[in-house]
Amino acid sequence: MIQVQNISKGFYGKLVLKNVTNTFEEGKVNLIIGGSGSGKTVLMKCMVGLYEVDEGAIEYDGRDFSAMTKLERKSIRREIGMLFQGSALFDSMTVEENVMFPLTMLSKMDEEEKRDRANFCLQRVNLDNANNLFPAEISGGMKKRVAIARAIAMKPKYLFCDEPNSGLDPKTSIVIDELIKEITYEFQMTTVINTHDMNSVLMMGDNIIFIYKGEKFWSGSSKDILNSGNEQLENFVFASKVMQDLRRHLKN
Amino acid sequence: MKIFYELGRYWIFLAGMFTRPENFSIYRKQVMLEMDAIGINSVGIVSLVSIFMGAVITLQTAYNLINPLVPLWAVGLVVRDSIIIEFSPTIIMLVLAGKVGSSIASEIGTMRVTEQIDALEIMGINSTSYLVIPKMLAAIFITPFIVLISMFVGIAGGWVVGELTGVVPSLDYITGLQSEFLPFNVFFAMVKTVVFAFIITTVSSYHGYYTSGGALEVGKSSTRAVVFSSILILIFDYILTQLILI
Repeated sequence: MIQVQNISKGFYGKLVLKNVTNTFEEGKVNLIIGGSGSGKTVLMKCMVGLYEVDEGAIEYDGRDFSAMTKLERKSIRREIGMLFQGSALFDSMTVEENVMFPLTMLSKMDEEEKRDRANFCLQRVNLDNANNLFPAEISGGMKKRVAIARAIAMKPKYLFCDEPNSGLDPKTSIVIDELIKEITYEFQMTTVINTHDMNSVLMMGDNIIFIYKGEKFWSGSSKDILNSGNEQLENFVFASKVMQDLRRHLKN
Repeated sequence: MKIFYELGRYWIFLAGMFTRPENFSIYRKQVMLEMDAIGINSVGIVSLVSIFMGAVITLQTAYNLINPLVPLWAVGLVVRDSIIIEFSPTIIMLVLAGKVGSSIASEIGTMRVTEQIDALEIMGINSTSYLVIPKMLAAIFITPFIVLISMFVGIAGGWVVGELTGVVPSLDYITGLQSEFLPFNVFFAMVKTVVFAFIITTVSSYHGYYTSGGALEVGKSSTRAVVFSSILILIFDYILTQLILI
């Protein structure tokens, strides 16, 4: 469980996150949604420590992450897996080496154990026969799967995904969503996903928070979203005609 | 004021680099790979530059030493000392600042804009040590050999051109090379090389590491890396000469 308490963050005198408080629950898919520039990426980067918060606290199972020094944070960071928007695979390494990388750097496993673990993770994301390919030789969807495999290699307790569906076709997006959902339940991780993909929001949101102009405007589940009564949220979720028709259809 | 900001950030960057690096066995492998990229891949360009450098120095020295009181073998002596003390360590390291510096800055800059450095940080890996230490160690170890190669090739280039043009016969040139040789000059050149190697790798890595934005900024970082490395090489060339030779 990750608790975010009254966190604020600004850049060059402009406040981007204002007093955000939320609990991201264990074993559930927690979504952060909001329009472009609303502050959701800043919130996620604050949570993983890529940005320092100006005010407030971030606790990982009661451990105050924001008060820790850089060295103290290392132990928590080793419990975190992250899937980046652009996958962030290391170009100079093969798929297998990418997945083995955190194990090589941070674990005391021997070569055989590392390879077994990497192959297990690659099989878990349904990626066979790609071990010796380089990131430049695989598709966007495959890159995301490799990134997920790398993120889970160290058996993390917390999984962060920054717009996991960006740049993917709808079918591959569903595959990635399903995969993240399955992994979350299987390994009982606290998963936090930053997205504005409405399909993901409706399909996999156990807990959702809506960020609007840097503030938490609404929270609930995907079932609550249809009847939230929150104007800003409805304007965001049902912005397209297709979504408006869908809501009408579901309400009828 | 910006210069103080940059200097402060550079020192913090250096300090971060030496703070608890992970898994040294990985670093050993990385150092080997970097030695290949920085050193072995530069032998061709270094040899080419050195051979013409030696040739031009020989011709210009011979052209300027027209006094009948100065023996012709002095050309060999001047060429040897010019190449050992100044041309090989400084000019070759300036060439490497362009070739290696821009490559380091664009590699690390691309890693920054594609979030690969963020990925390292999230894993709990000290990204500055992982990315910079192998490059720095490799450069410090391999560039003295590159500069030694440059010295030999440069002096050989001078000898070939002197013989082919008939400006300095081989006998005179070799007599000059053997006259009043000070091994300390080679040591001085090695000290300069090591300092310049440190400057090239850390300054270029620094500019790459703090790239923000996209492809355009990666290009700008690469240019800045070459410009600042070259300026610092020239400044430290003067400082080291003043400190060690005078």
